[in-house]
Amino acid sequence: MTKLTQLTLTQAREGLAMGEFTSVELTEAYLKAMEEARALNAYVLETPDIALDMAKESDRRIASGDTGHLEGIPLGIKDMFATEGVRTTACSKILENFVPEYESSVTANLWRDGAVMLGKLNNDEFAMGSSNETSAFGPVVSPWRRDGDTTPIVPGGSSGGSAAAVAAFLCAGATGTDTGGSIRQPAAFTGTVGIKPTYGRCSRWGIVAFASSLDQAGPFARTVNDAALLLRSMAGYDPKDSTSVNRPVPDYEEAVGASIKGKKIGIPREYRVEGMADEIDTLWSDGAAWLKDAGAEIVDISLPHTHYALPAYYIVAPAEASSNLARYDGVRYGLRVPGRDVVEMYENTRAAGFGPEVRRRIMIGTYVLSAGYYDAYYLRAQKVRSLIKSDFDYVFSQGVDAVLTPATPSPAFGIGEKVKADPVEMYLNDVFTVTVNMAGLPGISVPAGLSADGLPLGLQLIGRPFEEETLFSLAEVIEEAAGRFPVEKLWWRR
Amino acid sequence: MSVDQATVRRVAHLARIAVREDELDHLSHELNAILEFVEQLADLDVSGVDPLTSVVPVDLPMREDVVTDGHYPDKVLANAPEAEGGFFTVPKVVE
Repeated sequence: MTKLTQLTLTQAREGLAMGEFTSVELTEAYLKAMEEARALNAYVLETPDIALDMAKESDRRIASGDTGHLEGIPLGIKDMFATEGVRTTACSKILENFVPEYESSVTANLWRDGAVMLGKLNNDEFAMGSSNETSAFGPVVSPWRRDGDTTPIVPGGSSGGSAAAVAAFLCAGATGTDTGGSIRQPAAFTGTVGIKPTYGRCSRWGIVAFASSLDQAGPFARTVNDAALLLRSMAGYDPKDSTSVNRPVPDYEEAVGASIKGKKIGIPREYRVEGMADEIDTLWSDGAAWLKDAGAEIVDISLPHTHYALPAYYIVAPAEASSNLARYDGVRYGLRVPGRDVVEMYENTRAAGFGPEVRRRIMIGTYVLSAGYYDAYYLRAQKVRSLIKSDFDYVFSQGVDAVLTPATPSPAFGIGEKVKADPVEMYLNDVFTVTVNMAGLPGISVPAGLSADGLPLGLQLIGRPFEEETLFSLAEVIEEAAGRFPVEKLWWRR
Repeated sequence: MSVDQATVRRVAHLARIAVREDELDHLSHELNAILEFVEQLADLDVSGVDPLTSVVPVDLPMREDVVTDGHYPDKVLANAPEAEGGFFTVPKVVE
């Protein structure tokens, strides 16, 4: 059965359509793989009964010829997406018993198209983290290890469970959310493909809110084509999210394999940061060379305010988080810890319910929004955000179709290696990805090579608003040239 | 500017998070490290720059002012830690 789980989503879809196997068989193969991989801690909830029911329904629809785009395809869902009747925690103690009475729009779109839910995937608490180590369920272990070394490695974060599950063949694809790099960084760390679409492309309704002006949903997959198939189903207008954009969803699969001849690719000089490993620099040059060989034109560009994106992000995101997380008050849902009066009840509930990173960010957010500091911090950061966006607007107006950068400044690190450091050191992981959220642009991370010690490395392509198709075309060129990077040894299997 | 322990206590109260006295010291260090990092924004001249309000140029949609949802108190209360007679309950808030 191992073979079924190792198919790409695209291959699985063909196999199902041709009747080579059933959705129940495919789903059972994944459920078995999940059971054998509990040491990775990728899933925080397995839903085998729901999965098999959905798979049976899919097989019935396949038999009757009434099939959706993802008919019978088993997926993992990040625990940030509300799933009706299925516990949804954002991997926080404060939501440990929360069972939504509603379904997020993105997951509803996936089920509409015939996909099957295998379970809920681990993430950093409230998606705040870059290594999946802040989860109330404990860290996720990457299926990757350094050569000749059994040190457990982080899968990145916050969508660490999604990235690990896709890389370890524990689902055919997964959902993620990305506020500062939470799809693209873990994708790079695990040799998977992850895309954060343009802000407004996917509905945020029913996704646990972190920083509303930055949050976007997107898929994880083992190939560029698989990611294109998933995004097509996830994206779309939703009247329930006022920032969701009403424009048709293209058939992204058509863009995969399209010619990139004449596309102008910008290489931003500000991304050549101090202390960046040589291997990252080499990977970046290789990426540019592959695109050039396929007919693209490579140009040097400048995005002068890049350096200010991360500090501005660490004002905007905590400020919005502080407001969004005010709803966890022990009254309407979630944990309640008693107190002498209502204020003490709030304070005790929130002290017990939030982990250290979430508490830190709420406090920073509360501080920068407090009386007398709003202009100096939040307003200034939003102005810097305008400057960051104008940097991109300018290069796009000069004919640049996409920007190529490394996805991360380093390969994945060991579990626990960065926990003791200053929080800012962990934040630096997102230095190449936050600019994209700050400007609301689409960004894709595609595997492009291995580090000297055998861990995956990714390249990021940043596109114009709503031009995800260009990103899929370019990413496929990199995938063709670099090859794919599947995990070879399934060492975690019991 | 530097965050002292009194400020940490004040911010924690504003955020409605109880903190123990023995946590104040390391919390003030952590918050100062982050604030020091974001302080570099002060180097930039932002005069005449408008703050970003929306990354995608869209008008907020309008809809008819009608009730479109509701009438299921059981669902609304299903996850309440404490509920009684169709209401959320909280500790006494008035004397």
